[in-house]
Amino acid sequence: MSNAQIEAARVGTFDLSDPATPNYPDPPPIQTIGASHVDQEDPAVREAQAKRLIWVWEAPKGWKYWSAVNNTEVGVWYTSTAFIFMLFAGVLGLMVRVQLAVPDNDFLTANFYNQVYTLHGTVMMFLFAVPIFEAMAIILLPEMLGARDLPFPRLSAFGYWCFLIGGVFVCGSIFFSSAPASGWFMYPPLTTQERFTPGYGADIWLLGLSFIEVASIAAAVELIVGSLKCRPPGMRLNMMPLYTWYVLVVAGMILFAFPPLIAGDILFEMERLFNWPFFDPERGGDPMLWQHLFWIFGHPEVYIVFLPAIALLAMIVPTFARRPIVGYSWIVLAAVGTGFLSFGLWVHHMFATGLPAISLGFFSAASEAVAIPTGVQIFVFLATLLVGRVIFSVPMLFVSGALAIFVIGGLTGVMVALAPFDWQAHDTYFVVGHLHYVLIGGMLFPIVAGLYYWWPILAGRTLSDRLGKIAFWMMFVGFNVGFFPMHFSGMMGMPRRVWTYPAGLGLDLPNLVSTIGAFVFAAGFLVVVADILRPRGHLPLAKRNHWNAGTLEWLSEPEDKGWGVRSIPIITSRYPIWDQPNFIDDVDNGRFYLPDAEELKRETIVTSVLDAKPLQVLRVPGPTFMTMWAAGFLGAVFIFATFHWWYLTIAAMVLATGAILTWVWRGTAVIPEKHEKDVGRGLSLPLYVSGPQAVGWWAMFITMVGDGTAFLSLVFGYFFYVTIHAEFPPPGIEGPGLFWPLAALAVFALAWGLAFAARSLNKAGSVTSARLAMAAGGLAALLAGAFVLLGPHTTGLDPVTHVYPATVWILAIWAAVHAAVGALMLFYCLARSLFGHLTPLYDADIQNVALYWHFMLGTAFVTVATIAFTPLAT
Amino acid sequence: MFGSSRQTADNLWTLIAPPTIWAFHFVICYVVAAVRCAPNTGPFEAILATRWFILAFTLVCLLAIALIFRRSVVEWRGHGSGTVNDEDNPTARERFLEFSTILLAGLSFLAVVFTALPAAFITDCR
Repeated sequence: MSNAQIEAARVGTFDLSDPATPNYPDPPPIQTIGASHVDQEDPAVREAQAKRLIWVWEAPKGWKYWSAVNNTEVGVWYTSTAFIFMLFAGVLGLMVRVQLAVPDNDFLTANFYNQVYTLHGTVMMFLFAVPIFEAMAIILLPEMLGARDLPFPRLSAFGYWCFLIGGVFVCGSIFFSSAPASGWFMYPPLTTQERFTPGYGADIWLLGLSFIEVASIAAAVELIVGSLKCRPPGMRLNMMPLYTWYVLVVAGMILFAFPPLIAGDILFEMERLFNWPFFDPERGGDPMLWQHLFWIFGHPEVYIVFLPAIALLAMIVPTFARRPIVGYSWIVLAAVGTGFLSFGLWVHHMFATGLPAISLGFFSAASEAVAIPTGVQIFVFLATLLVGRVIFSVPMLFVSGALAIFVIGGLTGVMVALAPFDWQAHDTYFVVGHLHYVLIGGMLFPIVAGLYYWWPILAGRTLSDRLGKIAFWMMFVGFNVGFFPMHFSGMMGMPRRVWTYPAGLGLDLPNLVSTIGAFVFAAGFLVVVADILRPRGHLPLAKRNHWNAGTLEWLSEPEDKGWGVRSIPIITSRYPIWDQPNFIDDVDNGRFYLPDAEELKRETIVTSVLDAKPLQVLRVPGPTFMTMWAAGFLGAVFIFATFHWWYLTIAAMVLATGAILTWVWRGTAVIPEKHEKDVGRGLSLPLYVSGPQAVGWWAMFITMVGDGTAFLSLVFGYFFYVTIHAEFPPPGIEGPGLFWPLAALAVFALAWGLAFAARSLNKAGSVTSARLAMAAGGLAALLAGAFVLLGPHTTGLDPVTHVYPATVWILAIWAAVHAAVGALMLFYCLARSLFGHLTPLYDADIQNVALYWHFMLGTAFVTVATIAFTPLAT
Repeated sequence: MFGSSRQTADNLWTLIAPPTIWAFHFVICYVVAAVRCAPNTGPFEAILATRWFILAFTLVCLLAIALIFRRSVVEWRGHGSGTVNDEDNPTARERFLEFSTILLAGLSFLAVVFTALPAAFITDCR
């Protein structure tokens, strides 16, 4: 059958194997009349529409519930899992406080104490602070944008399963007394050399967390595309809820902050597993590189944690001030400004490492500058409250507590941003006090405020006001009693991470007070947990839009309907529920777009970036276990590697690749049964879009930006070694030569050209030539990967002897692995074309793969220029 | 008016141009100083050339930010100088982006000055 025949055969058929149609029993009858041509005021019509929407968007029943991918289910799992990890890490924190309550205590052994505080920090940062942002955004973002779901629901589910598996693996290690024990930033050489840190602790930290970082980057892709392309029609950039601005900025930051850590993890693990000397000074390495890579991630990460929490305040404050936010542009300034400046702060964690004063000065200056945008948003909130008529409530109580605590943490932050003060306070409890003020004031209190505020949307009922007030005062008083004395014990000289201290140094009282405060604080938090968990079935449902807010998430009905919104509204205001007349009624009666799921498929609307003009009806895939399998096998790769079970690792890698390919094959770029769909109000939109207008293309672009950042971090490592060595490459070691690297670059260019040609030929209708180009391009990619490895191989570079061969190898391996992935993609396109899933008209796969190859060519060029020409230049 | 003259059509890229210049300036200053001071064989040698370079580069970056600032102020005034910009039309969106660009240009200008200051006072690689 020719392609034209296949396409013709599709039109008009109704296909239940489509991933956008959930595999549920008893489908309601389909509708063949477009939404513009039915009488929307007829209750029978509306009832039939609602029935279809509910059937399509419902979560699976029974054990299949766990195959759900919808943002509401995944978001709730994600949030609860993050909170469970947080409670676990909280218990670890209390164990630390018990150990330090009195001098010369032996409640914990020194070794176990090290595991406890390391895991406390690690879990709080990696398994609570960052994931809770992703979790809440997955729930809230589509609701605020009046979208039915995020553009890649299965990616969210995959991210969640990665997070769960990695988190359980990292947390579980402490029950076998083999948790990481070297502090949450894992400084080498303490952590890289087996003689200092025997056992699996450091490997569990590295591999477990690398795996979770995959989940974070997946969430970043989802959230950037979600906030730019899935806004409701009419929601121009100047109408976006402020939360969306923050999500956009933070997801962008994740894209530039997490990859350096992934690069660092790769170098670190190569040293631990294979003895490549990246951080070993005896063989040319340098532990400082790890500190740089860790903190290029670590400091932006503080803002990745803080900004989304402040974003919650930006939504809560206007509601209780009963007026729009004062200074919308100023908040955008603060979010974008902080996002940028936070990347210029990382060395302020390294003030005591002996870097030249001029370097310290740059970072000190940027650390002071970031106080400006941070302060701006606090003043915006205060101004909004001052000019509004404030209604006091439990969320507002937590908001005010957050601002008070955060301002104190911010002020001590300005203090430690000054290098001379930092030299005094460095590595003391002063810093412990500072960071807890920032994180608990800037993140935990806003999140609890958010819980009380949005709970009616999540659960249909409200949390208790009385318990909320009790919890707030216990947490607020307990926190200050617990953490304020740490500033004093720190200035008296108490170092961080000490297991115990002798009596009579003046540290006894502040430590005892801290412990008492910490327990009061924890008890306060338990009140919140009890409030959440207590059975509430007998209580009445909360009324819709419980707090009389103005933004779209409050369209949600107390009885959850799964469909997100009844119809996708047209937005003409920042606070549509306050400003647009008859708004809720119009949404509920389906008078806006997509009031129906005529063909029983999950659908949402994609719009343009600037003015949110409707562009496409996006069909999103429904429930599947494939994402769970993919996460499980990928998790197995990391877990087996931790224990050096190499055959199992390779087997798991093959299975993971297979699972991901199956998922992508079945669930993406599905050719629709017709070109366009009537979405109501006389508007018809295409069902399939490819190239720069498509969400999949954006996802590829964003992923490759993150991937490119990781690659550039490795290149940064190479040039870091160039600058610290008088001679690099060291005398007596040959580089990879010129021949093989240049041959590799030529073949890479050929493969890129073939990928590009495949795209153009396919679009022009020359399907056979396009298929040939795909096959040849895939083979060329494999050849290029082999050539780039042949360079260091033929000149006999031994990565164990010195850091120079090791960095050359790591860059070559990176390029070769990407070549293999590029080859796989081209072969995938070939198979899609042969099976009729990729046609001249429906060409998303090859469009996205051609985009990948642009990045691939860039990677190949930089790799070859670095490894082949830098030795010549020196 | 809008879109008819030699005006810039603002978008997210023009919005982040000023802080991107800051980031570029920051990285260059850091790299130039780090390369000059590594391996740190003569910590007491004056690094005059590095500091002159940083001064010159700072002026270039400040000029670029100032031009963006001027551009957005002129266009923002042309669109009515609104600071709230919550109306439902493309001009309000344009005005919102222009005003936000003005604010970001101001912040970036200040941050570039901040970043350059250490080079004004620190004379060697100690």
